[in-house]
Amino acid sequence: MFYRETGQFKTTYQADMAVFPIRQDRIGLAFILLVAFAVIPFVGSDFFISSVMIPFLVFSLAAIGLNILTGYTGLISLGTAAFMGVGAYSCYKLTTFFPGINIIVLILASGLVSAAIGVLFGLPSLRIKGFYLAVATLAAQFFLQWCFVRVPWLFNYNASGAIEVPQRLVFGVPVTGALATPETRYFVCLALVVVLTWFASNLVHGRIGRSWMAVRDMDIAAELMGIRLLNTKLLAFAVSSFYCGVAGAMMIFLWYGGGEAADVFSIRLSFNILFMVIIGGLGSLLGSFFGAAFLASLPTIMKFGLPAIGVPLSGATAEHVTFMLVGALIILFLIVEPHGLARLWQIGKQKLRTWPFPY
Amino acid sequence: MRAPDAVAAGDTLLAVDNVSLRFGGVKAISDVSFDIRKGEIRAIIGPNGAGKTSMLNCINGFYHPQEGRITFKGETRRRMRPYVAASQGIARTFQNVALFKGMSTLDNIMAGRTLKMNRGFFWQLLRYGPAMAEEIAHRKVVEEIIDFLQIEHIRKVPVGKLPYGLQKRVELARALAMEPELLLLDEPMAGMNLEEKEDMCRFILDVNQQYGTTIALIEHDMGVVMDLSDRVVVLEYGRKIADGTPDEVKRDPRVIDAYLGVAH
Repeated sequence: MFYRETGQFKTTYQADMAVFPIRQDRIGLAFILLVAFAVIPFVGSDFFISSVMIPFLVFSLAAIGLNILTGYTGLISLGTAAFMGVGAYSCYKLTTFFPGINIIVLILASGLVSAAIGVLFGLPSLRIKGFYLAVATLAAQFFLQWCFVRVPWLFNYNASGAIEVPQRLVFGVPVTGALATPETRYFVCLALVVVLTWFASNLVHGRIGRSWMAVRDMDIAAELMGIRLLNTKLLAFAVSSFYCGVAGAMMIFLWYGGGEAADVFSIRLSFNILFMVIIGGLGSLLGSFFGAAFLASLPTIMKFGLPAIGVPLSGATAEHVTFMLVGALIILFLIVEPHGLARLWQIGKQKLRTWPFPY
Repeated sequence: MRAPDAVAAGDTLLAVDNVSLRFGGVKAISDVSFDIRKGEIRAIIGPNGAGKTSMLNCINGFYHPQEGRITFKGETRRRMRPYVAASQGIARTFQNVALFKGMSTLDNIMAGRTLKMNRGFFWQLLRYGPAMAEEIAHRKVVEEIIDFLQIEHIRKVPVGKLPYGLQKRVELARALAMEPELLLLDEPMAGMNLEEKEDMCRFILDVNQQYGTTIALIEHDMGVVMDLSDRVVVLEYGRKIADGTPDEVKRDPRVIDAYLGVAH
């Protein structure tokens, strides 16, 4: 009833090519941004912000990164966690070398390092695809994770082998380190995610996104149309690894606040993000957010939410129940809609447009 | 719509000289020569496995013939990458529809303009200013093609959901979006019903006459081939057995023997 595009006439190609051509969508987006920036930091508890919202944002960014590679360009990767690790460790090294430079700039710069490594491991993608490429990226995962443990230079030769996140100020406010409040860290994460999502959306809606999807859907036709496969695939690897790298740096510096990072960036994390992308929806930026919310925040919310609404469960039992519920939900969603939550959302919107009529 | 070219109408646009192509021990094409003149519709016919599609693949650089030369717009080449062929103005449709299934009709055709778009990565990140202006300029060209082929109503539909006949038409649109000088059509009418075939014939003639595009056509429907094409080359087992106007080819005893068959 409220979701109608009746009367919204597009008179220019620019209006027709807008990412959100329907006014209600734009209002909805503005509302979500308003809540994210102006309501959650003031209403949400420290626990909610640091254990639900920040992980959600970090995983969303990583899922966008993988979605660009797997969903848009059709290259399966199992090395996501490794590229995130590259981001985290290079951010550590960079902030050791340049302690005076703004940490946000360094987080973005470590994304660039990750992009370079991603391109390197993306080189075989011209010759191999599908499962074989997945195995090649698995090599990246194991090799890089080995480096995180065995190359002491990466963690500044400290005895524990952990990343020690130093305190860094931005405009006089501590952003990383023990003194940074959850709200500040949340704001930094949110700002990075919003800006980078906007960039990703611009990329996938333009020439570059079309060449990515062309390579995904029919690489021979794309090649004969003059799209250079190697350049296109490597660009996808670079952009994807950049996003993963930034997500990894955010993970250690703004969420974990340091620690034994080599274990974090294991194959388990790679799989987790792959599941987020598949459940959220391949080839959809919105789906990346859905997938991250579903797989990263839901377990936490259920674990602490179930006792909070009066279900008497001990901590361990709650965890088991959560595992079972989330597992069952994943299977349910994949049966109901194999194209992911994003498609479900699209169908819902389509229904809403015509409601109360069937079509 | 197309850029003015160096080759005048009636001159040779593409010449194939003594081309041979082998896959291991299999000779797909042996010693074939023919030419395509600017502005004509040239048909390539022959029984299954005669090497027609391989010939097209050689022309647009996907296969590299072991022997012989291909001259396009006066430039001779032995090995060429598809990217170079495409940027020189050779476009192509496929025997089995090779559209980008997950994308809308509009995006498919816009993808055909990729080579003509050159705003760099950082403008693309912003999708604003020059990048947006470029996008709009190309959208205008694409809309003209959409009008021309009468597919306005399926602009926003994912091509995977379209019926076969329309998919073939979208594929033609995507090839036209490259503003080719030489358009290679690989069985554009395969699997179509009579009405769809008639539409497609009309579009091919219109493309040829309105845009002056030179067309090389592979087709099995003899009625279509004889009506549409200016000249026909006949292949059999990778060799050329006849070359000439449709009337000459139709009377050639070797062609009748190999391909057309005798009326009983």
